[in-house]
Amino acid sequence: MIGRDLLGIEDLGRDDLERILETARHMQEVGLRDVKRVPTLRGRTIINLFFESSTRTRTSFEIAGKRLSADVINFSAESSSLSKSESILDTARTLDAMAPDAVIVRHKVAGVPKRIADVLDAPVINAGDGAHEHPTQALLDLFTVLQEKGRIDGLTVTIVGDILHSRVARSNVYGFRKLGADVRVVGPPTLLPAGVEALGVKAYSSLREGIEGADVVMALRIQNERLEGAYVPSVREYSAAWGLDRAKLRFAKEDAIVMHPGPINRGVEISHDLADRRPSVILDQVRNGVAVRMAVLYLLTGRAQPAYGD
Amino acid sequence: MGRILIRGGRILDPAASRDEVADVLIEDGKIAAIGAGLDASGTTAIDAAGCWVAPGFVDLHTHLREPGQEYKEDIASGGRSAVAGGFTTVCCMANTHPVNDDPAVTDYILDRARQDSPARVLPIAAATRGLEGRVMTEMSALQKAGAVAFSDDGRTLMDGAVMRRVLEYARMIGAPVSVHAEDRHLVGQGVVNEGAVSTRLGLPGSPAAAETVLVARDLLLAELTGGHLHVAHVSTAGSVDLIRAARERGVHVTAEVTPHHLTLTDEAALGYDTNTKMAPPLRSASDVRACRQGLVDGVLDAIATDHAPHAPHEKDVEFTAAPPGVLGFETAFPVVMDLVRTGEITPLELMRRLSTTPARILRLRSGTLAVGAEADVVVLDPDREWVYDPMKGWSKSHNSPWAGKTMRGRAVATIVAGRLVYDADRGMLVP
Repeated sequence: MIGRDLLGIEDLGRDDLERILETARHMQEVGLRDVKRVPTLRGRTIINLFFESSTRTRTSFEIAGKRLSADVINFSAESSSLSKSESILDTARTLDAMAPDAVIVRHKVAGVPKRIADVLDAPVINAGDGAHEHPTQALLDLFTVLQEKGRIDGLTVTIVGDILHSRVARSNVYGFRKLGADVRVVGPPTLLPAGVEALGVKAYSSLREGIEGADVVMALRIQNERLEGAYVPSVREYSAAWGLDRAKLRFAKEDAIVMHPGPINRGVEISHDLADRRPSVILDQVRNGVAVRMAVLYLLTGRAQPAYGD
Repeated sequence: MGRILIRGGRILDPAASRDEVADVLIEDGKIAAIGAGLDASGTTAIDAAGCWVAPGFVDLHTHLREPGQEYKEDIASGGRSAVAGGFTTVCCMANTHPVNDDPAVTDYILDRARQDSPARVLPIAAATRGLEGRVMTEMSALQKAGAVAFSDDGRTLMDGAVMRRVLEYARMIGAPVSVHAEDRHLVGQGVVNEGAVSTRLGLPGSPAAAETVLVARDLLLAELTGGHLHVAHVSTAGSVDLIRAARERGVHVTAEVTPHHLTLTDEAALGYDTNTKMAPPLRSASDVRACRQGLVDGVLDAIATDHAPHAPHEKDVEFTAAPPGVLGFETAFPVVMDLVRTGEITPLELMRRLSTTPARILRLRSGTLAVGAEADVVVLDPDREWVYDPMKGWSKSHNSPWAGKTMRGRAVATIVAGRLVYDADRGMLVP
């Protein structure tokens, strides 16, 4: 049974994941209607509390909430305590006093959603915290792979890029492993976190070895500041060794799909022609993000109400 | 000054390797007699049956925050917290505002301590002016004013040439140089130990090597200069090995370890509690094992708390933004009692590391129960169970990873210079 909050995939069991994905399948149908709205969460208030800007994730949650008829309030707070403004916990307590039914938190520092969840009455959904977790991204990735491959059990999933700084990588490692896939991570040694094998993955620096026989290849976004010498000598060197293109993809399985959490750096971690067409499923991921987030909002805030009531 | 008789306790005097049940008579601020059935007439009697009686603890590493950050702690509150934990002498680091890099600041600290602190306070002065790592302080003048050692502590001296000169100069005046060994470049943005735990947390890690490389450098510089290097809060297996090897070849090195590095691993940070953030960070289980073994072997000479008070609003922030450090005085004894309960160390040797050796490192006359010595004495109940609530403690701050935990073992009476200043049941006995 899914808990009060959704802070990370690490905390979930296989049953929880299957339940969310199953619920998302029902929610997906709403997005195909002419009137894309059901009354399930009518009268519920959901706050998008984003300390780090993210138009894509925020919009996806907002649409998910609105399709369920919830009132979605966007609260953007620039990162706080270093600038001596109100502390994150005070901000959270202030919002909690307005009795929201769920608070969705994004912060650039790992652990902030957990600290906020510790002081709030409302359920907290982690929308990405530092290099820790981004659970709804992993859920939408699982959903997309399930849609494409019909299963996750027994697949080989390779995640390529800046694993060290990636919350998407961590959440996906937990998610795919819990549902029975083999997970590999690939990147320059400077961007592979210490002790990553303890998460149950194999780590590679050779892209070719890492994607050999993979069913799913996921490229991660690499931030430009990491490419300017501190971790990798140059963009050119990164893209030559770890940038995905059709030629390198030949080492994966013939029917392998290519994923990316976006936003993409074209020509750096993924080539133009690969990003835009099959086997890339990047826009399916975005589409499925709404259904998965509807499922999460429903399961965390709507259970007291009769489903699809009125 | 009154007479105090401590009756029927287990005397643990490491300086004399004494471990036996006896009475201790204190007169005129000094230990007057130790023996069986001493005459109790005209004395304040303390019943110590079932308790240990040891020389008061000496803490080589504390932050009392005065002058300048009295909202975190001051010499009065820090001194009270110290005696409540059984510490009769505490050495305070120089990172106050202003920095203790000038005899006037040293004077001020000692003056405040005389007026306000039930514990003896010995200042450790800065090694370089403003802790900036460039120009050495007037060590002779600071020593005359009362500084007992020199350290830039958390503002680690990264310039090896400056460190070399500091060790040379301090050698001339016979003072130890205490070093917080963390290479600032290797630490980078790191806030937890680098390894599987930092990877799970998604927080920037600091590798054990960040400490060990600097310990290696400073051991070589101590060897080069003949200066007395004191390695603060050792946290890595590599440091323990290097210190052991250096001592075997005659390098003048001493070292301390904290209660938290002896008992907690980096996994304590898994809930993102900022009260598990320290510098150096909590390390892996194998580092903890090596530190415990180092303490047992005497490679790590002393237990020091690194008592580091921070106000709640400073800790109640993002993990990366929180200042490192935790309270130490009131929990030190029950926490390190873990090593006695596991059979790793005897009570007598534990007392040696809490009192006798740290006193020797600073060439103090305390750390002993010898007849005629100043009566700095602690009575400890090794089995007393209590729940630690920092809100009810004596420090102004509450940042402790042990908040709410059941503790076993407690200082029940603390005597400084022959005066009973703290009693666990009656509270603080100073105005």
